[in-house]
Amino acid sequence: MDTIFVTEKLTKIYDSGELQVRALDGVNLTLNAGELVVLLGPSGSGKSTLLNILGGLDHASSGKVWFRNLELSALNDRGLTRYRRDHVGFVFQFYNLVASLTARENVQLVTDVSPDPMPADEALAQVGLEHRLDHFPAEMSGGEQQRVAIARAIAKRPEVLLCDEPTGALDSKTGVQVLEVLQDVNDRLGTSTVVITHNAAIRRMAHRVVYFLDGRIDHVEENAMRLAPSEISW
Amino acid sequence: MTTLDRKLLRDFRRLWAQAIAIALVLACGVAILLTTFGTFVSLEETRSAYYERNRFADVFADAKRAPLWVMQEIRKIPGVRAADARISQFAVLDVPGQEETVTARILSLPQTGVPHLNLPVLQVGRLPSPDVAHEVAVNAPFAKANDLQPGDTFRANLNGHRRELLITGTFLSPEFIYTIGPGALMPDNETFGVLWMPEIAVEAAFDMDGAFNSLAVKLNRGMSSDDVIDRLDNLLEPYGGVGAYDRELQISNSFIESELAQLKTSALILPPIFYAISAFLVSMVISRIVALERSEIGLLKAIGYSDGEICLHYLMLAVLIAVAGILLGWGAGTWLARALARLYAQFFDFPYLIYNLGYGAYALSGLLAVVSAALGAARSALRAARLPPAVAMAPPAPPRFKRTLIDRAMAGLHLSQGVVMIMRSLLRWPMRTALTSLGMALAVGVLVATSFFPAALDLLVSTTFDRSNRQDAMLLFDPDIPESVLSDVMRLPGVIRAEGQQFEPAVLRHGHREKRVEIEARRPGSDLTRIIASDGRSVDPPATGVMLSQRLADQLRVSPGDIVSVEFLGRINETHAVPVAGIVTQYIGLGAYMDIDALSRLLRQAPRISVANLQVDAQHLPDLHDVLKSTPELTGLIEMNKMRRSFEETVQKNIDIMTTIYLTVAVLITIGVAYNGARIQLSERARELASLRILGFSRGEVSFILVGETMALALLAQPLGWLLGAAIAQALATGSTSDLYEIPLVLKPAGFAQASLVVLCAALVSALVVRRRLDRLDLVQVMKTRE
Repeated sequence: MDTIFVTEKLTKIYDSGELQVRALDGVNLTLNAGELVVLLGPSGSGKSTLLNILGGLDHASSGKVWFRNLELSALNDRGLTRYRRDHVGFVFQFYNLVASLTARENVQLVTDVSPDPMPADEALAQVGLEHRLDHFPAEMSGGEQQRVAIARAIAKRPEVLLCDEPTGALDSKTGVQVLEVLQDVNDRLGTSTVVITHNAAIRRMAHRVVYFLDGRIDHVEENAMRLAPSEISW
Repeated sequence: MTTLDRKLLRDFRRLWAQAIAIALVLACGVAILLTTFGTFVSLEETRSAYYERNRFADVFADAKRAPLWVMQEIRKIPGVRAADARISQFAVLDVPGQEETVTARILSLPQTGVPHLNLPVLQVGRLPSPDVAHEVAVNAPFAKANDLQPGDTFRANLNGHRRELLITGTFLSPEFIYTIGPGALMPDNETFGVLWMPEIAVEAAFDMDGAFNSLAVKLNRGMSSDDVIDRLDNLLEPYGGVGAYDRELQISNSFIESELAQLKTSALILPPIFYAISAFLVSMVISRIVALERSEIGLLKAIGYSDGEICLHYLMLAVLIAVAGILLGWGAGTWLARALARLYAQFFDFPYLIYNLGYGAYALSGLLAVVSAALGAARSALRAARLPPAVAMAPPAPPRFKRTLIDRAMAGLHLSQGVVMIMRSLLRWPMRTALTSLGMALAVGVLVATSFFPAALDLLVSTTFDRSNRQDAMLLFDPDIPESVLSDVMRLPGVIRAEGQQFEPAVLRHGHREKRVEIEARRPGSDLTRIIASDGRSVDPPATGVMLSQRLADQLRVSPGDIVSVEFLGRINETHAVPVAGIVTQYIGLGAYMDIDALSRLLRQAPRISVANLQVDAQHLPDLHDVLKSTPELTGLIEMNKMRRSFEETVQKNIDIMTTIYLTVAVLITIGVAYNGARIQLSERARELASLRILGFSRGEVSFILVGETMALALLAQPLGWLLGAAIAQALATGSTSDLYEIPLVLKPAGFAQASLVVLCAALVSALVVRRRLDRLDLVQVMKTRE
């Protein structure tokens, strides 16, 4: 199987003068193409830090990380911007939509700068929002806003989709709808997907679950039997 | 249009109230720069084109009576390209329908019919025929003011001979762009005109056959006038030469020069203030927007927008605000420049108007607006660009408040929590506190500086007219007459009192400094014209020595007791060492004063006078004019009451215009600063204030925090504003001062109080407008918003 991410002794230390926090402490991890991986762990266990580094939002303090053959840990800011623009889709807990842009325009924000995007309308149709194209974020529910965020993430046809607590701000029913969209994208488009959560119920839809504790990988589980999101509740 | 551009436009639309508040301040800067700089350039270009095309002379000289053959010597002076000899005389006219005595300056036209230099520009009709003695051309403004056309006639008293003259045409001349009669303070086209007459007629009337008394010289390009002036002085001295001078001292030119200097001062002092305030306001607003859009910035970076694109996005927002300001400013500036051009048209007579503002002025004012807005936004835009995406996505750390000495002091004072919140906020962002106060201080300063002008001109007018020159009329005599003639003057109809005054042209020298002035001599105890010392007392020149005005003393670097060398012009070998006996403040002209007996002793002659100052019974004024119209020795008559009125009217009109403009400007600055400050404070404090409301604070209590902070900043701005105002006033006064006049620096408590009142009111209104938003605050919604 193709590997998409490899990390080697990946370490991240936050230094605020008086206090040093080891957010990541020598993480070795391999993620495969087309895989849906859930990173599970309590707050402060290092999963968001790992996601930020995989997504090119942050630099590691030491260690190495590759995206296919591209060594991300060797890239400067300009190189990381390029990498994000061409390869990565993000979904955030608080959706991070631009309030002054409609659903379609929020997606166009991405398609404007991507090399090979799908039309914004198509991306929104993929998440079932073809009827909400011209609505502003304030006119949509939380679940809808998160689906717009997913549409925005997949519109560039990314190779990886990085999701930071995508259901964290949603109720169970809406959360499940969002997870269905994520799984659908993973199945149909084969987009490698990494989902961070501290909601243990979600782990059961993943191919693999990586457990984090204190900046290290505690253990990794493979799901022999994946559940459909509709079978999950919390 | 990209989606990011669409976001830009929507952000701009959302910010419209704040954007307009800033744009209006910026527009002030753009408009004033456009008007002053644009008018400066166009006035200067118009003038130099006019001078060039009509061969305005570089050097002028007057003499009593020089033989024409001297012209051959003059033309041989190295650097002289052309020289025109002319006869220049004053005459009293009797113009039909004009009750008052009209004075005219007569200039001879050469035998060839057209002068080489100072070429008059035909408006209507033609020049007089060189051999027809009763034909004259008149300056167009005089013709217009007296409703005269070619073909009309009037009477003139030419050296005692009454003659009927026929107007052949009306003209303008580069020599008379600003036409002011001898002794007058303001142009008055009704009672002063310029006549061009054939040489034969002037020679015959004034007994100047084969002679000239006025000279115009054009120099080779790039030639300095100093050497030529020295040579001319040597050549003309035997013939009563009163000193050659270059264009800078030519009356009409020096008035334009002084107007240009004022425009330049205004262009240099005022617009930078507005540009700086706008830059600060832009920086305040963009910094807040960047703070609010922190997570959006993180998102844009996460999806691959580059640092440059993000930086540009926020710079463009500032540029949009600038564009709004530029458009408003260009509109207002174009309108203002037209108004100024109309005002100039009243005083300056150009044959053509190039009062169109050049593209350069538009470009410069616009470019500076864009640059200042972009500079204002630069720091925040760069901060947005540099924000690491992972950090941007996380909520910002709460601002760090520390306990300081001031906090302990506040604790000791048992202040209410509201006051403590205001104080902490002011101290937490000291830079913002300082700049916001500075912005409002500039508004106060602009108003203080404006209030200074009416007060200064009031003082100028009252000192000059009510205390110094109290005569009802001045009779001018050129050449001068024996003082004994005053007894004849006393017998003129309506004359209650008559006092003589002598004006003697001279060059004052001290070390290498020299100044050409007219020494004014009078009898001690003169009551109609007086010299007023700085303490307000009237003083007389002492029996020996010369008293100088402060500005003249400064230019010569002399103080009382120093000796100046006085060269009396128009006389041979009359250079005397004279002690400086005292220094007095004078606002108009560069005064130098002597006792008339002291002057006569120096010149070894019986006292003579060139002016008779009169106190007149107003009822007999028409009779007086009637008699004067046929008085041969008279050069002119100035009715002081009329001059005073017209001066005061002009000054008042200018003050009204200026006060309106500056008041608007100061209010706009205050609104720009206070409104934006309060909006930003509301945006930062919305959660806090909503929390207070939820905790049970009343609307009034919560409003107090918002309005209180704005008003605290406004109060803080006052003392600084007063100082700034005094400094701006000083700069404007210094910049406006020339040899012609001085604007005294007069600052009155009322001016400071008014300035403060206007700014405090504008600040309060701005804060109250923002406060209304507080009433509409949706408490639940605000608490839900993630900051």
